[in-house]
Amino acid sequence: MELGQINPILLIASLMVASTPILLAAIGEMVVEKAGVLNLGVEGMMITGAVVGFVTAVNSTSPVLGFIAAACAGAGLSLLFALVTQYLKSTQVATGLALTLFGLGLSSLIGKPYAGMKAPPLGKMHIPGLSEIPVLGPILFQHDPMVYLSVLLVAAVWAWLKYSRSGLILRAVGENHAAAHALGYKVVRVRILAILFGGATAGLGGAYVSLVRVPQWVEGMTAGAGWIALAIVVFASWRPWRVLLGAYLFGGVSVLQLNLQAAGVAIPVEYLSMSPYLVTILVLVIISLRGNHGAPGSLGRVFHASH
Amino acid sequence: MTDALLTLEGLTKAYPGVIANSDVSFSIKPGEVHALLGENGAGKSTLVKTIYGLVKPDTGRMMLNGAEFSPANPRAARAAGVAMVFQHFSLFEALNVAENIALGMDNPPPTGELAGRIRDVSEAYGLPLDPGRMVGDLSAGERQRVEIIRCLLQNPRLLIMDEPTSVLTPQEVDILFHTLRKLAGEGTSILYISHKLEEIRSLCEDATVLRLGKVVATCDPREKTARELAEMMVGTSLHTPEREGGETGEVLLSVAGLSLPAPSDFGTPLKDISFDLRAGEVLGIGGVAGNGQDELLAALSGERAVPPGMVRFKGRDIGRLRPNARRALGLLAAPEERLGHAAAPEMSLTENALLTGDTREQLTSNGFIKWGKVRDFAARVIDAFDVRTPGTETAAGALSGGNLQKFVIGREILQRPEVFVVNQPTWGVDAAAAAAIRQAILDLSAKGAGVIVISQDLDELMEISDHFTALNEGRIARIRPARDLTIDEIGLMMGGAHDMAEAIV
Repeated sequence: MELGQINPILLIASLMVASTPILLAAIGEMVVEKAGVLNLGVEGMMITGAVVGFVTAVNSTSPVLGFIAAACAGAGLSLLFALVTQYLKSTQVATGLALTLFGLGLSSLIGKPYAGMKAPPLGKMHIPGLSEIPVLGPILFQHDPMVYLSVLLVAAVWAWLKYSRSGLILRAVGENHAAAHALGYKVVRVRILAILFGGATAGLGGAYVSLVRVPQWVEGMTAGAGWIALAIVVFASWRPWRVLLGAYLFGGVSVLQLNLQAAGVAIPVEYLSMSPYLVTILVLVIISLRGNHGAPGSLGRVFHASH
Repeated sequence: MTDALLTLEGLTKAYPGVIANSDVSFSIKPGEVHALLGENGAGKSTLVKTIYGLVKPDTGRMMLNGAEFSPANPRAARAAGVAMVFQHFSLFEALNVAENIALGMDNPPPTGELAGRIRDVSEAYGLPLDPGRMVGDLSAGERQRVEIIRCLLQNPRLLIMDEPTSVLTPQEVDILFHTLRKLAGEGTSILYISHKLEEIRSLCEDATVLRLGKVVATCDPREKTARELAEMMVGTSLHTPEREGGETGEVLLSVAGLSLPAPSDFGTPLKDISFDLRAGEVLGIGGVAGNGQDELLAALSGERAVPPGMVRFKGRDIGRLRPNARRALGLLAAPEERLGHAAAPEMSLTENALLTGDTREQLTSNGFIKWGKVRDFAARVIDAFDVRTPGTETAAGALSGGNLQKFVIGREILQRPEVFVVNQPTWGVDAAAAAAIRQAILDLSAKGAGVIVISQDLDELMEISDHFTALNEGRIARIRPARDLTIDEIGLMMGGAHDMAEAIV
């Protein structure tokens, strides 16, 4: 087969679709970690979002309702994490891992009767005018609303953290929770809100897999996307635009290697399959070699409001 | 009592196992500078936290301007006009100066306007500060400026200052006092906590002395001597260190033309530093924070390698040796930051004793830790330096600043160093503990060790040093015998009269 069969415009357009679930989950997890909480339950929240979104969409025949339900389900699961880690002061790492295992189990239970069904399609939203531009139009402006939403979310998170007072407070809580407490900020409240936000976006990311990318319910269908999202947050040095870059890079190489496999390139499939992971980590490591890229100072540490 | 700004009546606060405050009553008048004196652990911190709304008292009440005052949180306290400069800086290292200050204000102006106001206030009070710099790159002295300016921007009616001058130069202290007197003249009351008794005598009009949570005396500090004040605080007589004035011996440490680039964008490069340190000598190095103190300590301790030929220990070039290799030779160091640099906060005292004591005390064999021996070593440090802790298994971070400082200094001194380099040995330490630490340093030098004391406390340096120099922008001034220096000459050395920076061989 020939490489000429790969249409670059379609390739780049499908890159954005392939990246959206990871991008949604990663930008939410970034906000959570900026608040000083390490939630390793992203995978569990994604898969729960995927199944709840699918079930809701199938029963209501409305993909929009499906996404809303998925966000609520992700947030609901993260609320469990929030209560256990913020009020009962449990270890975040162990609790997060438990959340992932719980989410995987719960999702197969809920999804069993729905295996093999098809999701109602989510229509494309062609941006009037812009989508007519040659090359750029099909790449950037002929997607479904969730793709636009995910990019807007990155921009909003970036601006909010950089310019708003509440964003500054969130960063302060993540950087030094004792000092933030001493200044009178509500550390636990800020963190719970951040955790809920992270849960909601992880749920949306999961639903995007089951409602748009595949689109049907398969057990364990997020296939590690939550873990990739976690890795991208770290390698992106907790910066929103680098999270976007990391997610698109990963999605892009994933799509490219699938196309290369289909085109029958003489590289063993195993190497092609591992390439998205290698390329993403390599590029983000090279970027983060320069400059200040420290983790939030209180990341993962349990906060006790002592005297 | 009706004309008082703030009145405390019978405040009591107990924690499990300890009564932090017991029936504390006093009042502060408008425009008064009121001193709060007491040893570490006397309950000063709990008391000011109560006023600032961080701690709820068990019993007792407070009146502010004649009205009941019981702030639920610091925000309420700030709204009522109470501002506080913390002893342990409550700053965010990854945020810049302006962001840190904005976080301490309830209604901060837009970023650009705030930066302008920070510049105005910092210049007006002689505390230069760039609003755009990352706090993580600032020295301890500069961080304190951030705290002070943060409070001044709020135009408080009561300003609480917990150890505000411990890292300032005499000139900066003068300026700060000028500012505080001006504020007091404008009607702002100041509650001033310090271990520096001379400061309290020159600044404060009224003083409340706390011991073990109780008010033991109230006095006008201007009418008491520093010694009387200290004895009220401690309850016993003080042992003031005395320079034995021993002869100095052979050259132990020889630094020649030491130059190093700055470790980070905001660090200070070291420039052509040369000196000899002899056995039995105490070399005091003064200077304003951020002029190369941390960098010099790192170059001497081995945290940063230096090019060949610049640092010699008994004639041997040690520039490339790592800290443990230098420790094995007898060159030990205690850095300024107690938590995170000199000690690991989450680890026990035993474990912290192992971290620097292993090389010289043979605390491990074949890679296995001899816990019994480590525990004995930690216990010896605790014993010899009167470290007040429940035991050797307490986490280092749980100790008060003064006690941890005694521990980290004692840990090095008990390893019998031949050369001991220490940065800010008594920062934030109460008078009794500071005297003990200084005496230990003097005893060490009397036994023939060479000691380098880097400090911003000039009284301390004058008290214990044989020779004195000052760091300015990474250079040192010409080394002079400490005995015949005047305060003007010291100021000149600290201000960086670079033509004086020639080396003495």
